[in-house]
Amino acid sequence: MNAPVRIDLKDVETIPSRRTEAWKYSDLRRWLRDEPPLSPALPEGEPNDGPFKALTVNEVLIANGRLNWWSEDAMEAGIEVSHHAGPDAPRTADEMPMGALAAAKALDGVHIITFKTGAPHVLALRLLSDAVKTGHHARIGVVVEAGAHATLLESHEGRGEAYLSNTLLEIIVEESATLERIVLIDEPHDAISVSSAEVRLSKNAAYHQTIAASGAKLQRLETRIAHAGEGATVRMDGLYALSGDRHTDLTSVVDHLAPDGLTSQLTKGVVRDTARGVFQGKIIVERGADGTDARMGHHALILGERGEIDAKPELIIYADDVQCAHGNTVGNLDESALFYMQQRGIPADEARALLTEAFLIEVVDRIAHEGAREVARTWLTDRL
Amino acid sequence: MLSISNLHVSVGDKPILKGLTLDVPAGEVHAIMGPNGAGKSTLGYALSGRPGYEATEGAVAWKGADLLALDPAERAAKGVFLSFQYPLEIPGVPAMTFIRTALNAQKRARGEEEVSAPAFLKLVRAASTALKMDFDMLKRPLNVGFSGGEKKRMEILQMALLEPSLLILDETDSGLDIDALRIVADGVNAMRSPDRSMLVITHYQRLLDYIKPDRVHVLVGGRIVASGGPELAHALEAEGYDQYMVQAA
Repeated sequence: MNAPVRIDLKDVETIPSRRTEAWKYSDLRRWLRDEPPLSPALPEGEPNDGPFKALTVNEVLIANGRLNWWSEDAMEAGIEVSHHAGPDAPRTADEMPMGALAAAKALDGVHIITFKTGAPHVLALRLLSDAVKTGHHARIGVVVEAGAHATLLESHEGRGEAYLSNTLLEIIVEESATLERIVLIDEPHDAISVSSAEVRLSKNAAYHQTIAASGAKLQRLETRIAHAGEGATVRMDGLYALSGDRHTDLTSVVDHLAPDGLTSQLTKGVVRDTARGVFQGKIIVERGADGTDARMGHHALILGERGEIDAKPELIIYADDVQCAHGNTVGNLDESALFYMQQRGIPADEARALLTEAFLIEVVDRIAHEGAREVARTWLTDRL
Repeated sequence: MLSISNLHVSVGDKPILKGLTLDVPAGEVHAIMGPNGAGKSTLGYALSGRPGYEATEGAVAWKGADLLALDPAERAAKGVFLSFQYPLEIPGVPAMTFIRTALNAQKRARGEEEVSAPAFLKLVRAASTALKMDFDMLKRPLNVGFSGGEKKRMEILQMALLEPSLLILDETDSGLDIDALRIVADGVNAMRSPDRSMLVITHYQRLLDYIKPDRVHVLVGGRIVASGGPELAHALEAEGYDQYMVQAA
């Protein structure tokens, strides 16, 4: 085990490197040698924009790490945005060193979005990076109150170049509440970005997450979920489509602390050129978490000779009465199927795109929010 | 007319076809019969351009084009259709989407106008009814979970919609019971026309009771060793391929 790290960007030795087990496929130290200067504040951004703009008027826009705008006047009843100095560190600071760094460096403390009981809520959370060789950190809290239902449409919209973006989300889903979080990430190829999410589920809570990533120089989306209350349900999915020399890392830890929890995890990806996809999924079933049902799948395609996939699925089970399974495959497109399609007149490139989309679309189909599902579908087809 | 002359095809380093010569005039149905390993399926793959089936010598002319110079999709646009012995499953792509994509890709390649979604739907309904197919099957991913007979019917449906001018049927009868065979054969017979050529590849004579060939060729050891009328198929059924195997060896 590695000792907990407290990252100090001024001390390169504290930055996780490939010698750090949890970061061995995402060598942050290689790219982050010095602390970048602070990204500038942006003028009031472009409200009601972003990939989900057609789906809701409720919006929180964080730009270069600062609260830039939110739909204060139009926000529907039952969604509150507040600001706090915030506790010093997230609960899982030891496991998520970049998350802890975001908490320590966030300029604004923490913005907390609260969804109250009532009609289902939909909110767009936009994280805009418009920076050149600078860095910014943000910390956001999300609380779904007991019995409330919400959809969080999160977009990471990157412009500029070679920036560092580091975000921490702390999410609490209270008893019998549900949250679906859809995350679309588009960043410049030379950006470094880390997004850490810590999710805590109460009794009978449901948390559904889909992350769609197209990579950057180093991009890591890390999710840590605690089934703290019994009977909680988790769907946690990932989708990546990478080309060029892009890199993305979907890392997750799901900890079943209470009985009768359900986790269904499906990640699919495709890499081309010299791109690199990393999947690290860990599910832990603690002693006493009987009746847990946990399933994890990661399936990826490497198109071309030089792409790379690193996958590390882990199930760690301390309880007796559980059902757990994991599957992991990495392969290429089926040449026979490709020939069959070409024989019917579909040109090779189109056949490849069609088969790749068919392979990945399963992840999109699992999104419950219909509008978000269509946005994700378009996001995917645009990248094939 | 399809004109194959002195065709040599290797798979890997292994020569399979060794100087095959064959002409199929427009409007005719020719059967290729032969024992296992004679090169029957290789002929179908070589004509349709499957990667790994390399023509090392010889020529194939089809409608004035050098077929061997074209990629598989270009050959399809030229009217070449191979009905697979074992049609592939295409997970995630509904049959209807698949066929419409193929049809419009072919039309694009030929400089023709594409078929709109509603017009295509009409065509599919008519064709699937004629083949006694459940229309809902077309909404499912192509061939995924289909029985052998359903897959073959799906091949015939594609054939009917893509309207190819050179049909190559590779062991179309394998895996079919008599009822399915009759439906499939009816579908093929409905495609017979003066401007369409067909190559029916089969191990057994049974299929030829339903799809009557104009000519029968015996393929042994990578070459056509005998040709004749429909009666040749019956003789083969009675006597087997032994006499030709000796001759080829």
